[in-house]
Amino acid sequence: MRKTRFAMAAMGAIAALTLSACGGDGGNGGETAGSGEGETLRVGIKYDQPGLGFKDGNEFTGFDVDVAKYVANELGYTEDQIEFVESPSANRENMLANGQVDMIFATYSITDERKETVDFAGPYFVAGQDLLVRAEDTEIQGPDDLNGKNLCSVTGSTSAQRIKEEHAEEVNLLERPGYAECVTAMQSGQIDAVTTDDIILAGLAAQENFAGQFKVVGNPFSEERYGVGLPKGTDLCADINAAINKMVEEGAWEEALAANTEGVDYKFNEELNPPTPGDSCA
Amino acid sequence: MKIQQSVLFDAPGPKAQRRILATNVLGIILFLGAAAFVLKGLNDQGQLESELWTPFLTADVWQFTILPGLMNTFKAAAAAIVTSVLFGLLFGVGRLAANRAVRWICGIIVEFFRAVPVLLMMIFFWLLLGRLQIVEPADTPFFAVVLALTLYNGSVIAELVRSGVYGLPKGQREAGMAIGMTRGQSLRSIELPQALVAMLPSLISQFVVILKDSALGSIITYSELLRAMQIYGSAGPILQALTVAAVLFIIINFALSWVAQKLSGLLSSRTSGKTRPASAPTLVAKV
Amino acid sequence: MDSLTEYFQSYLTALETYNVVGALWVNIQLTFWSALCSLVLGTVLALMRISPVPSFRWAGTAYVNIFRNTPLTIIMVFCILVAIFQLQLNLSSDFNFNFFLWAIVGLSVYHAAFVCESIRSGVNTVPLGQAEAARAIGLSFLPAARLVILPQAFRGAVAPLGNTLIALTKNTTVATVASVPEAAGLMKTMIEFRPDVIMAIFATFALGFVIIVIPIGLVTTWLSNKLAVAR
Repeated sequence: MRKTRFAMAAMGAIAALTLSACGGDGGNGGETAGSGEGETLRVGIKYDQPGLGFKDGNEFTGFDVDVAKYVANELGYTEDQIEFVESPSANRENMLANGQVDMIFATYSITDERKETVDFAGPYFVAGQDLLVRAEDTEIQGPDDLNGKNLCSVTGSTSAQRIKEEHAEEVNLLERPGYAECVTAMQSGQIDAVTTDDIILAGLAAQENFAGQFKVVGNPFSEERYGVGLPKGTDLCADINAAINKMVEEGAWEEALAANTEGVDYKFNEELNPPTPGDSCA
Repeated sequence: MKIQQSVLFDAPGPKAQRRILATNVLGIILFLGAAAFVLKGLNDQGQLESELWTPFLTADVWQFTILPGLMNTFKAAAAAIVTSVLFGLLFGVGRLAANRAVRWICGIIVEFFRAVPVLLMMIFFWLLLGRLQIVEPADTPFFAVVLALTLYNGSVIAELVRSGVYGLPKGQREAGMAIGMTRGQSLRSIELPQALVAMLPSLISQFVVILKDSALGSIITYSELLRAMQIYGSAGPILQALTVAAVLFIIINFALSWVAQKLSGLLSSRTSGKTRPASAPTLVAKV
Repeated sequence: MDSLTEYFQSYLTALETYNVVGALWVNIQLTFWSALCSLVLGTVLALMRISPVPSFRWAGTAYVNIFRNTPLTIIMVFCILVAIFQLQLNLSSDFNFNFFLWAIVGLSVYHAAFVCESIRSGVNTVPLGQAEAARAIGLSFLPAARLVILPQAFRGAVAPLGNTLIALTKNTTVATVASVPEAAGLMKTMIEFRPDVIMAIFATFALGFVIIVIPIGLVTTWLSNKLAVAR
């Protein structure tokens, strides 16, 4: 096992040098990293965040997916050559380090801590932690109005903790394994607000089943710069940034954003978006 | 079933039959009332809309969500079944060993893993394997699930092996000794084979436990049936997705339990041990 | 040696930051109340399964078959998703306590199926003559069950009931999916924030459960020997 990992790492390094991707299969590592025709780009995304990264049958949809497809296309891969892999938050760094994925588009915030183990291209979006409330709710304007209210988030979320510590001490916190549970609870009135990054909330509210029922408050209380996670020491960073720039200039970026948050009362933070990628490249 | 098999009560006379009929009707009304309450509640929330349920009848959902999820459930369960039977045999025999030190060590290991919650072990191995990086990150949840299920259920099986051998009549071993076998030989060729046949029904019940507990893997992001359905439901129909998962689990486990029951009847002639935990039903009416 | 004391030091600070005993105490409370509720519910089910009324027998059997074959995780999630979120059945006006109570409900309905089967196996240990004698002196079903069969059945069911109790104790960790802050959830948080002492953290929680579970095993073995009806 160990040997194949080293072999794969070596192969990955060589592959990266020639600006191509490692073709070894994640599971067995037995396939050779053939350069040239038919190689695939393995992109880590979320499977369970509708509007950003969502597995819909054997299709993948969402803003992260759209940006990933555009960037991959700019790097010279056709859509058939992209292989999407699920990268849950807890596994993202390991998957990059082990060469299981070539890049990650999964609401991956650029932080100094993470920069120690992985490289980032981008950011391609600047999100902010915000609140989702019922469309007719006028009482909750921001995190400070949550005292005595019931707030839902997913297990291990930082934004719920932040609200409790910095904004509303007397908020009732509930953690569920997925946002869909939070939102269905809000439909029935057991929950007053859901918190996480504004774009995730908007993507969620844009789903058919929830159409028109919820709104994003639009009072973000943090700044999350979504980057493209890359293995340490890759030289793809500049090319990816160029691709993101082109996507913004062509208008495809805004189109993708609009399409994935359609029908939701949501404005992304225009001061910070679209961001200028580049400052994170090593 | 018309024939009364219970000795707890007399065959009902005309008066008792009327009373039973009345109770039956009352029971059904109560049940329907509860069902109506739940269904009305769900309907008020719009959870019974047909477009939320019909996707689960389409080939797409089966092909890309349900079947891959089931496959992963079976994969983890099958791997855990094999490894826990091996673990159980090893430590079960270890607890019967002539050497006192071996007996003690096996005993402590078995008792420890029987006392620690499976979920606790799963979470621990998931985070540990993630840090050690000995397996591919994407496979960490799978190995954590199998490892945790093996240690717990293997320990239970070890106990089954031990009690299976203890449950045999003393004469079996004595007969082995009488024809000049050593203790180990008699254990291997006379006692264990019979003990294994005797414990088969309990073993299969344990397989049901393994299959059921593999659903805990959803908590550590293993894409088995429950989590596949959770992911599918993350765009809205979460309740519906989980209901389908529950129904599938019940069907599969019910089938396995049924096999266990049939086997215990079939195998009782093949061993001098007991294939049922308790003696054959006497007081209990069969339904 | 130095690294060992250092390890021990950082383990101690980890213990100070997180309330391990408090989390285990939640599991113990869950165990206690769920054991009580599932014993009552399980006894009722067992009575139903041996009763003269066919619909009761049928309902009891259906209950046991359904709940024994459903993963506890799913039952817990349904308690939250259906009972709280959809039907809005709040057992308490206190937001967090409500989830705790529903976790008890989930644990109870699941383990009641196993309690029922344990009692039924206990009923099987009661000799035929006891039931026949009860009928001979004119006792109808309920008095016979209450005065003659069940008291002996419980004595015979102590060992399987003990096993169910042990399983219940460990299964209280699944309450984590019902958003109850108990041991499994805390262990996950602790390891995520203090991965340096991962082994010691797991050992602490594992030992906590060993300490809770082993006495239960010893007591039930002792009880089942003491209460066994000499035949």
